[in-house]
Amino acid sequence: MNFVRYRKPVFLFSGIIVALSILFLIVPGLNLGVDFTGGTILERQTARNVTTDQVRRIMDEATPGLDLSGSVVQILDKPNEFMIRTRELRNADIIAIDQAFDAQLGSLVELRTDVVGPVIGQELVRNALIAIIVSALGILAYISWRFEYRFATVAVVCLLHDVLIVLGFFAITGREVNSPFVASVLTVLGYSINNTIVVFDRIRENMRLTRKQGYEVLVNNSLNQTLTRSFNTSITTLLVIVMLVIFGGSAIGDFATALLIGVLSGTYSSLFVAGPLWMTWMERKK
Amino acid sequence: MVAILIAAGVFMYTSPFNLGLDLKGGVHVVLEADESAEATNENMTGVVSIIERRINALGVSEPLIQRQGSRRVIVELPGIHDQQQAIDTVGATALLEFKDPQGNTALDGSYLKNVQLGTDRYGQPAIDLEFDREGVQLFAQLTTRYQGQATTIVLDGEVLQTVMIREPILEGKAQITGGMTIEEARHMVVLLQEGSLPVPMNIIEIRNVGPTLGQDSISRSFRAGLIGVILILAFIGIYYKLPGLLANVALLIYIVLVLGILSAIDAVLTLPGIAGIILSVGMAVDANVLIFERIKEEVADGKRLRSAIEAGFNRAFTTILDSNITTLISAAVLFFVGTGGVRGFAVTLGVGILASMFTAVFVTRLFLDLVVDRRPDTMAKHFSMGRFKRS
Repeated sequence: MNFVRYRKPVFLFSGIIVALSILFLIVPGLNLGVDFTGGTILERQTARNVTTDQVRRIMDEATPGLDLSGSVVQILDKPNEFMIRTRELRNADIIAIDQAFDAQLGSLVELRTDVVGPVIGQELVRNALIAIIVSALGILAYISWRFEYRFATVAVVCLLHDVLIVLGFFAITGREVNSPFVASVLTVLGYSINNTIVVFDRIRENMRLTRKQGYEVLVNNSLNQTLTRSFNTSITTLLVIVMLVIFGGSAIGDFATALLIGVLSGTYSSLFVAGPLWMTWMERKK
Repeated sequence: MVAILIAAGVFMYTSPFNLGLDLKGGVHVVLEADESAEATNENMTGVVSIIERRINALGVSEPLIQRQGSRRVIVELPGIHDQQQAIDTVGATALLEFKDPQGNTALDGSYLKNVQLGTDRYGQPAIDLEFDREGVQLFAQLTTRYQGQATTIVLDGEVLQTVMIREPILEGKAQITGGMTIEEARHMVVLLQEGSLPVPMNIIEIRNVGPTLGQDSISRSFRAGLIGVILILAFIGIYYKLPGLLANVALLIYIVLVLGILSAIDAVLTLPGIAGIILSVGMAVDANVLIFERIKEEVADGKRLRSAIEAGFNRAFTTILDSNITTLISAAVLFFVGTGGVRGFAVTLGVGILASMFTAVFVTRLFLDLVVDRRPDTMAKHFSMGRFKRS
């Protein structure tokens, strides 16, 4: 398979996707969950099945004087389980809401209650950014040391490509972003690099063996030699991630979805973007 | 090898997994010193030890109370699901004050010697207070000076009771009565006995996971993991045949090893952590795939099987090392920057990567060397199939 020949349309395609992702990050932007913004999450189970309107009505009636119109209500994995995302509530209000649910919908079970202050959210944003930047710099330094800076730069470009696509996907689909999302983005980051390194490692090795054949042949051979591996590894990783998406339920579904998008993008970028991009750079240099 | 597996088994048996609050259920509270207060090291240590004593009085098994940064305390109460109770126990400053008619504090809870649950003259729950030597004097002064007037008993700024002082009380005993349930009275006794927090603390985060949600998460992720692993085993077995089967045995050993290490280092298993383990199984296969593909290439280049295996392992090793170290860098960053569930994920991912390098490089190698002696022909055949053509 000739990976290098179509590099121009590939770069164009990637460029468009990344540009769209950045656009989605601006409008509509990420749907930040309470971990980031502060607020309250209530997950409850009741005897009867519920509709979101019903939940809203009961909640409003139970808290006169509080404006909860900005709340998000969502039915979870089962029709009698629901989640409310709203502003930071006092415990007395939560108790009032719970009593109303219990009275009107029967045998209330408290699945989860999170009340997060605004300070915590700001810190999480800061920590998430620090984590991503420090990881990227650490990886850049390591690859520069083991390979050279051009490989490192291209690897980090691919990494940003993959991370931006994951972020863009979450922005456009409006999925809620919480602290486990930071973990999944960092895993995508690690995975993306991992794949790129395997390809670069082979380019580095072949470069020593055959100097004369030119970069195009060099990169293409290296990609083909590592193709089976890239393919098999992506399949095994995707197998478990897809199972997590299917069976993980609401608690882990978003986390696994981020990984899914990231691994797909990582496989693509390590095959079609990383090598050709490095090659283009090397040929310009001449 | 066998010894390692046995050790892993023993660890899992003797120290079962330390489940995080998101899995076993309970209340997680983050407190921060009030902005007005000076949060010295000494004060914060006092806060931690007082909260610890209050929780012990509550009878929570394996609570976790730790300082975070200079102004914060994290409290985890497994098995507690009553949020209000947790807030009252952990968050209350519990500053008891006796105020004179002008509203000045005459004496406070720090002069208490003894606090007990009692009953008032109508048989209702009450709290009996006994002051220490200095407190006796202060209380005598208050009751002598303002005889015939009212004193107010205030807890954390909230008026509990206003009492008419009929006569001077010189023996330093008092009773708080009126409108308490037995639970409220008992709770207040605990708070007063352990003393007030040296710094008022505000609750800035509460997370409460009910008992059923955690159980549900465990069974869901277990099922996802099980099916995922079976599919991987099938895929590798079908694709790589005999060597694939050996890699599969190595993968199962890997799973036992990871679980053993996690239980040996007492890692806290959180929901993202379980996802991390499942993910690491998918990635663990990678090292084997890298090695097998290398061996196939060496065979295709005309090497004899033994030297092909030798060369395949050696040449794949640097690739495995470089690619895994970068993932380890992200895991390490997550560990230092993340909290709670994210940290659990970092630990399992990190342990997973190290263990996968170990099993691929040593365990798979051992199996291949053993089997290559017995079934050289099958191995040679299976290692020379299914390669993509080089362009």
